[in-house]
Amino acid sequence: MSHPHEIPNQDHGLIGKRIPLIDAFRKAAGQAIYTDDIQLPGQLVGKILRSPHPHAKILSIDTSRAESIPGVHAVVTGKEATNHFGVLPVSQDETALAVDKVLFIGDNVAAVAAESEEIALKALGAIQVEYEPLQAFLKMEDSLEQVPEELRLHPKTVDGTNIHKQVEQEFGDFDEAYEKALWKKRQTFRFIGVTHAFTEPMCTIAHFDADERLTLWSATQVPHYLHRALAKVMEMPMHKIRVIRPTVGGGFGGKSDPFPHEMVAALLSRKCRRPVKILFDREEVFYSNHGRHPSKIEVALAIDANKKISGLHVDALIDGGAWGSFGVVTTYYNGVLANGPYRLPNFRYRGRRVYSNKPPCGAMRGHGAVNTRYAYEILLDEAAHDLGIDPAAFRRDNVLPPNTKTINELRITTSGIGECIDRAVEASGWKEKYGKLPFGHGIGIAGGFYISGSALPIHWDKIPQSTVHLKVDLDGGVTIHSLAAEIGQGSDTMLAQIVADVLGLPIHFCRVFSEDTDTAPIDLGSYSSRVTFMAGNAARKAAENLRHLLIQAAADLTGYPAEVFVLRNERVVNCTMPEIQVPYLEAVRRAMKDCGALQTSGCYQAPPMGGKFKGAAAGLSPTYSFQAFVVELSVDLQTGKPKLHDVWAAHDCGKALNPLAVEGQIEGSIHMGLGQVLCEEFAYNKGNVLNPNFLDYRTLSPMEMPRVHPILVETCDPEGPFGAKECGEGPLLPILPAVSNALFDAIGVRFYELPITADRIWRALKRKKKEEAKSLV
Amino acid sequence: MNGTKSSAVHGPQATSGLRILTLRVNGSVYRCAAAPQALLLDILREEFRLVGTKRGCDMGTCGCCNVLIDGKAVPSCLVLAFDCEDKEIQTVEGLSLEEDGHLHPLQEAWAHSGGSQCGFCTPGFLMTSKELLACNPNPSREEIERALSGNVCRCTGYQKIVDAVSLAAKNMREWKEGGKQ
Repeated sequence: MSHPHEIPNQDHGLIGKRIPLIDAFRKAAGQAIYTDDIQLPGQLVGKILRSPHPHAKILSIDTSRAESIPGVHAVVTGKEATNHFGVLPVSQDETALAVDKVLFIGDNVAAVAAESEEIALKALGAIQVEYEPLQAFLKMEDSLEQVPEELRLHPKTVDGTNIHKQVEQEFGDFDEAYEKALWKKRQTFRFIGVTHAFTEPMCTIAHFDADERLTLWSATQVPHYLHRALAKVMEMPMHKIRVIRPTVGGGFGGKSDPFPHEMVAALLSRKCRRPVKILFDREEVFYSNHGRHPSKIEVALAIDANKKISGLHVDALIDGGAWGSFGVVTTYYNGVLANGPYRLPNFRYRGRRVYSNKPPCGAMRGHGAVNTRYAYEILLDEAAHDLGIDPAAFRRDNVLPPNTKTINELRITTSGIGECIDRAVEASGWKEKYGKLPFGHGIGIAGGFYISGSALPIHWDKIPQSTVHLKVDLDGGVTIHSLAAEIGQGSDTMLAQIVADVLGLPIHFCRVFSEDTDTAPIDLGSYSSRVTFMAGNAARKAAENLRHLLIQAAADLTGYPAEVFVLRNERVVNCTMPEIQVPYLEAVRRAMKDCGALQTSGCYQAPPMGGKFKGAAAGLSPTYSFQAFVVELSVDLQTGKPKLHDVWAAHDCGKALNPLAVEGQIEGSIHMGLGQVLCEEFAYNKGNVLNPNFLDYRTLSPMEMPRVHPILVETCDPEGPFGAKECGEGPLLPILPAVSNALFDAIGVRFYELPITADRIWRALKRKKKEEAKSLV
Repeated sequence: MNGTKSSAVHGPQATSGLRILTLRVNGSVYRCAAAPQALLLDILREEFRLVGTKRGCDMGTCGCCNVLIDGKAVPSCLVLAFDCEDKEIQTVEGLSLEEDGHLHPLQEAWAHSGGSQCGFCTPGFLMTSKELLACNPNPSREEIERALSGNVCRCTGYQKIVDAVSLAAKNMREWKEGGKQ
């Protein structure tokens, strides 16, 4: 027992504190180790031979010349590992290397491991592949046709076409709502693909060692799914495979699939028993894509006589490229996630995802929800404009209330959408500006909502979605074991903040180990904005279990009942008699007396929810984030060039566990969303990517960014850890339509196709002038 | 695709045409055998193991590999290593050497402002920012944005990076005026 003295009157609580990320200093020092920074003894260079054809049969592959080159240690082809894998159990359509057919330019054909890159490239050049080109499917519409079996990209398609997935849903009666509408419109929108453009190229190192264990270091968001896929492809038990995730240089969904190159590195290493590293060049990163689907989305909106949204019909055709990836989910999300943040009584959806002979599309920040959100919010704005209602007030009047169910049975608990609209309107001076700014200068608004993790896991094996283990030994440091992947979003910091807060410790007591499948309990990984909610809840429970042990120790030491003790300021304190207290380290030692190091765990599994219809699981989440953004911009009327001035970004994150990190997520989301609405295009010609580099695939530079004013709305979700929900994806959604709506306010033109480049704006202005001149005649 | 990424030559067979390369990096002298066409980025990372400098694109478009060559921020993937033999090179690892091993004010400001998320672009941004502050100790936000326009960050939206440079500039001015700490 320590000397009784006063508890310092300071709050060591860490929740809601604006603190640097726990890896910020390491990263600023250049000391964070990314996969390519690792160099193992005897490491070889792995290189992949890629298809020059968008669609072709492989007639033969001759690797004998490559194998005889000095310095080449292994060559592999697709026939050596034919088990299919894929991130979703329902569409496992990838192999490590192409087996009979190549499906896109850049598809993986064969691979070598050699002593230098120079030798590896020479060996790739010596591999002889005989192809028989097939008709390539490059336009979405072509993939809707029934075709002979050899022209289907995969055996499992819809009715002999190249449609990968088709879903249809109807809730209520859309036709009746449309019939009776006061205002209605049907409009087709077109979206070109965009990609993640993370700065760290994909990199992986495999080592199949003398113990016949495989260790794979890889830049991945989903070590657990990678672990599963490796076991399947390598035909090895999971316990002999160890996946390590070094520091990841950005993901945004682009590193959330298990990838063929990860399988290939493992195969090469098993063959030559040496470590093999595969590092992509920037062009290879673009050719493996997995970005947002190019889409054609038809939307029909009905507004009733009370000026309420009465019906929405979405028909989405999305281009999946060569593989399934997350595409089944994407197909659903394009419709399902239109059921908020506004009340919607009648909804009809058809979604079709086609295979095509292009690099695969997959999950990208705001997965599946972004393009439909754009279309919906543009039509809402048109309705408000035509009906003479302020578009902010119109949205405000239509919001979903908290604690409700949408018509497709999404369970809504907390909702800050109303407050988001109010605060964005207030902060932006909306009422003084909307409709009142001079021609060429405009202001626009849009809303959004997004899942905080998927309530139903993609593998139906009923294990918790997140588990966190804690270990405390004599030094008092709290080791946090988790497999939630830190990819720059700050999940390690989130775990440490929660655990330290519960234990009343400064954050430096916590050390997070979230990179190793050998030591971490399963967490499904960093996608679908699930980590703060799910891993955060697991960490909180694990810390509460540890707190219980320390309180019991203090009770034993002091003779007071456990119920009176709390943990704060590195002490276990009797809150009825604050002079009775036990220092944290003393409590730890006492608690260790009979068991050695303390270990606790906590886990999270989403409660049951949702409807009974087909596809009911899609879009279900234990809670949803909400947002409303206002954008102010001006247009150079001579050139069409838009200049963004300010974004007021109100986001309901439940509780900002660390405002610095939440703001960072909002600002980063806005940058990525602005890129899609203004300039980014993943451009193809005959299956070739036209702009596979940062010069031609242009993201916004610092000079083009508006001033972003994050507004944190806190609704304290009762099921979230300390009330928190997601903040990493939702804030991308409203920025695209808010910009477009501001452009309408500025120049009176609607845009139904993205990106809205300066030349498109210039053309629109010219057309408008012509039409106005005509109407004067 | 399948272009040569690394011009560094490894392995027992690759010995012909090599010359001894001597570089001064972060105040120390480094030596290795290298091919005449070796690029500075490859030498820094693969030979000297100064892996704080990152490889992002190999064509000078992302700024992740920026280092200071005689005080100027340059993408090291575009520079021949042998052209740097008589020059002073500084990488991210060298920043703290000026501060007796403590983090440079730019690095401190980066961490406190939220300038890094994934952190992959951070070393390159730091070097570009250092050149900026050497030329302009009191830059406006617009001047910072302009100076950083050759560096790509995909996480932060740049706002907190500009905050970091502004904060570092302020701290460095104050410390200079007040006699450093």
